[in-house]
Amino acid sequence: MRPIFNYIDRPSPIHRLTGATKLCCLLLWSFAAMTSYDTRLLAFLAAAGVAVFVLSRLRISDIRFLLGFVTVFMVLNNVLVFAFSPEHGVGLYGTRHVLFSLGGRWVVTKEQLFYHLNLVLKYLAMLPVVMIFICTTQPSEFAASLNRIGVKYTVAYSVALALRYIPDIQQEYHEISQAQQARGIEMSKKESLLRRLKAASAILIPLILSSMDRIDVISNAMELRGFGKNKRRSWYMARPFRPADFAAMGLCALLLAAAIFLNIHNGTRFWNPFI
Amino acid sequence: MKKSPIVTVVAIGIGAALFFVLGRFVAIPSPVPNTNVALQYGLLAFMTALFGPLAGALIGLIGHALIDFSYGWGIWWSWVIASGVFGIIFGLLAKGFGVSAALAEGQFGGREIARFNLAQLLSHLVAWGVVAPGLDVLIYAEPANKVFLQCLVGGLGNIVTTAIVGTLLCVAYAAAKPKKGSLKEEK
Repeated sequence: MRPIFNYIDRPSPIHRLTGATKLCCLLLWSFAAMTSYDTRLLAFLAAAGVAVFVLSRLRISDIRFLLGFVTVFMVLNNVLVFAFSPEHGVGLYGTRHVLFSLGGRWVVTKEQLFYHLNLVLKYLAMLPVVMIFICTTQPSEFAASLNRIGVKYTVAYSVALALRYIPDIQQEYHEISQAQQARGIEMSKKESLLRRLKAASAILIPLILSSMDRIDVISNAMELRGFGKNKRRSWYMARPFRPADFAAMGLCALLLAAAIFLNIHNGTRFWNPFI
Repeated sequence: MKKSPIVTVVAIGIGAALFFVLGRFVAIPSPVPNTNVALQYGLLAFMTALFGPLAGALIGLIGHALIDFSYGWGIWWSWVIASGVFGIIFGLLAKGFGVSAALAEGQFGGREIARFNLAQLLSHLVAWGVVAPGLDVLIYAEPANKVFLQCLVGGLGNIVTTAIVGTLLCVAYAAAKPKKGSLKEEK
């Protein structure tokens, strides 16, 4: 089975940052990319993301599998936007430069193409940092960092439990599914959708009932060890901040500040080159 | 019986892990290309009915965020939040309708099935009819008719899978639980 959050142990300046720093940077970066539709800022974020990607010594081959998903999702989303709202860009930018027509109401305009460029840039601005975060942060450090940035430790612990038990549950699902298939359950395209759903339930029910037992066992074990007694807890994987951490967080905060400044300066979230 | 808060913490963790595994690896191909039936909402409704609105909200948020993360496109906040909102609203409704209490006792008959499904229908309508498309337009400035159609298709799919999978899970859980007064004194 393929590991889902594939941490790649290849020392680099990015790997040396603490998990909390990287999570904080990811959030600041994604808010910057989310709030702004300023093409210049998005292009800068995308370019900077690629630079950090190189700095983190990851290779394209590490993320090829994920890249495929994102590309499909991005293309599909763009096609849907155009199919449903070919005049969306015109509405946003307020001018209309017709390039050519695809028949019916699907007229290609400069504004629409520019809007699509922005959509694609938004993905490209997010993609490198998400990949870097996934590949350079150990899952167990992730939970510790959630607590560090202010999430209650019981919730952070839930996330840690989820990450810890995903492989186990995946394995158990696989075993139950094989056992049920050996007893004649069909889940492929050969069956009708309704029967497939029922077949899925035949796997789910044992899985869920055994998970309920698991919840009992784990919560008893945690209770016996006094979990939740104190207001705070320490984390095995937590590391102290170093100057590089503050620098990284400062830079990302500047990016978000730039996004907010541009939104106010432009008067809207969109940068409009047409007027 | 009052549940300890630790049970809720663990239920959120295991629930999110189950939500993730179902949403990410258990793909039942649907007739629409590139679209898989989302079984995880049936599970979410079941866990929420059992462990309450807070657990439901966090299972939805954490599970959905992990799924998004594992695909590599970051977090699509609007839909992640919608999953959380479903958890809260459904949890409150299930509690209000008395479904949660009945399920914990191991009772899940026709009356509970009807109420369970009314609650899930209402919560899905709010989550996918208002919250998800609203936030999509607000955060991502996408065309309204496109996001409404996407959410409509997704939401209807979720309602159907919750109705089938969620109900079956609750019935199976109730059947596996020893009933109140199931022990008789021998005479």
